[in-house]
Amino acid sequence: MIKTDILIIGAGPTGLFTVFEAGLLKLKCHLIDALPQPGGQCSEIYPKKPIYDIPAYPEILAGDLTDKLLEQCKQFEPGFTLGERADTIEKQEDGTFIVTTNKGTKHQAPVVAIAGGLGSFEPRKPLIDNLGDYEDKGVEYIIKNPEFYTDKTVVIAGGGDSALDWSIYLSAIAKEVTLIHRRNEFRGHLDSVEKVQELKDQGKINLITPAEVIGVEGNGKVEAVVVKHGANTFKKECDHFVPLFGLSPKLGPIANWGLEIEKNAIKVNNALDYQTNIPGIFAIGDVNTYPGKLKLILCGFHEATLMCQSAYQIINPGKRYVMKYTTVAGVDGFDGTRKEAPKAVVKKIE
Amino acid sequence: MEQDIQIKITDREGITHEVLAPTDMAMNLMEVVRSYELAPEGTIGICGGMAMCASCQCYVISDHELPEMQDDEEAMLSEAFYVEDNSRLGCQIQITPELEGLEVELAPES
Repeated sequence: MIKTDILIIGAGPTGLFTVFEAGLLKLKCHLIDALPQPGGQCSEIYPKKPIYDIPAYPEILAGDLTDKLLEQCKQFEPGFTLGERADTIEKQEDGTFIVTTNKGTKHQAPVVAIAGGLGSFEPRKPLIDNLGDYEDKGVEYIIKNPEFYTDKTVVIAGGGDSALDWSIYLSAIAKEVTLIHRRNEFRGHLDSVEKVQELKDQGKINLITPAEVIGVEGNGKVEAVVVKHGANTFKKECDHFVPLFGLSPKLGPIANWGLEIEKNAIKVNNALDYQTNIPGIFAIGDVNTYPGKLKLILCGFHEATLMCQSAYQIINPGKRYVMKYTTVAGVDGFDGTRKEAPKAVVKKIE
Repeated sequence: MEQDIQIKITDREGITHEVLAPTDMAMNLMEVVRSYELAPEGTIGICGGMAMCASCQCYVISDHELPEMQDDEEAMLSEAFYVEDNSRLGCQIQITPELEGLEVELAPES
C-alpha cells in the first residue's frame, strides 16, 4: 500500500504543480497516471508545440513546460505510479480513501485530487469487427515490453511516430516486421521516416502502402491479418498485429466514482476550494467544471493552489497556518535542500 | 450582423442546426460547433485545434470551395476512422464570408 497526504490522479501540468504547492504546506504527494510518462497531454499529444499563455513565459514548448514543472517540484519528492489507470476508490472508516489501479496497485490518502484532464488516454482502435476477440491474443495496442516480439512475425499499422519508431526498434529483434499505412506519406520525425526508408531498402522492414488491415484471422490467437492493398485483398501471416493509431482521452472509471458529472467534467465548488460533492475529493484543471470554467493550464495552477489550502485543513484539522511568500520564507525541500532569497547587503559607507 | 454567416451543421444524433457564425473572431468550424454545444465537451476539439486528434472530423455536404488541405490535416485523416472522400477536420476550416451557406455533418466519435 502506497501512503501519502494528497493522492493526485493525473500527472499533467496541474497535477505536477499541485506537488509544489502541497510541498510548501509540508504535504506529500503521489501521482497516478495512465501514461508511462508525466506531462499529460503536453508530453503525449503536443510536446513540440509552443504555448503562449503561461504567465512570464512569452513562449514555451509543452514538453519544456513539463520538464520545468518536474524540476520545480522535484525537491518535494513526489511518488509516481505511471502506466496504470486509477480504477476504483473506496472510502475507509477513518475518512481516508483507497484508490486501486487497473493493475491492482493500492494507494491510501486522506485527500484525493483528481487532475485528470480529459481523462485517461486509451488507444484508438481501428474498426475491425472481430478485433476485440484477439486482444492480448496477438493484438496489442501499446507495446509495453518489446522483448516480447523477439523472433516473432509482427504487423504494425499506423502512420505516425509510434508506428515508425516501433517498426524501427522491432526490426532489430523480430523475425519479420511489416508496416502498413493508408498513405505513402508518414507523419513523424524526419529521422524516423528516413530510417524506415533505409530499413525498407535493406529488406529489414516490409512496407505496404497505401494499404489497410481490414480483418484479423486466427484460432484462439492471431494467425494472419487481411490486408486491402489497392484493388487486391490478401492475407498476411503474422503472430502479432499492433495497430498504433494514437491515444484518445476518456473520462473512464472516474465517471463511476459517485461524483457529480456535467458535460463530461466533474462539478466542483468554485467559490471555495474546487471540492467535489464527495468531501475530501477535489477536482482541478481541465477535468472540472463550474460556471465560467476555462480549460487553461494557468487556471489549473490557480485551482491547485487553492485546493491545497483546504487539503491542509483536512489533514491537519484545527492547526494554524498562514500563507507564506516563497520570496520571504524560502522553500524547504523534503530532500533536505533549502532555497532562499539572499539576504540584503547591509554595509556602512565611510 | 454583416460579419455573421449562416451554416448548417448536422450533429452526431442526425439533428440539423442552422447557426450563425462570426467571421471576425478567427474561429474555425470546430470552435463554432463547440460554441453552440452541438457535440458534448470532451468529444470534440480534444487536441485544441492542432489537427492532431481528428475528433472534429466532419463531412462537407455543400460544394463550397474550402481552404486546401495542408499536410498535417491530410496525415491526421489518413489515421482517422470513418473517413470519407468529403472528410475534413473542422479545426482546419476557418470561418470566412465565402463559407456562407456551408453544410456539414459531424463524423461519429471514435
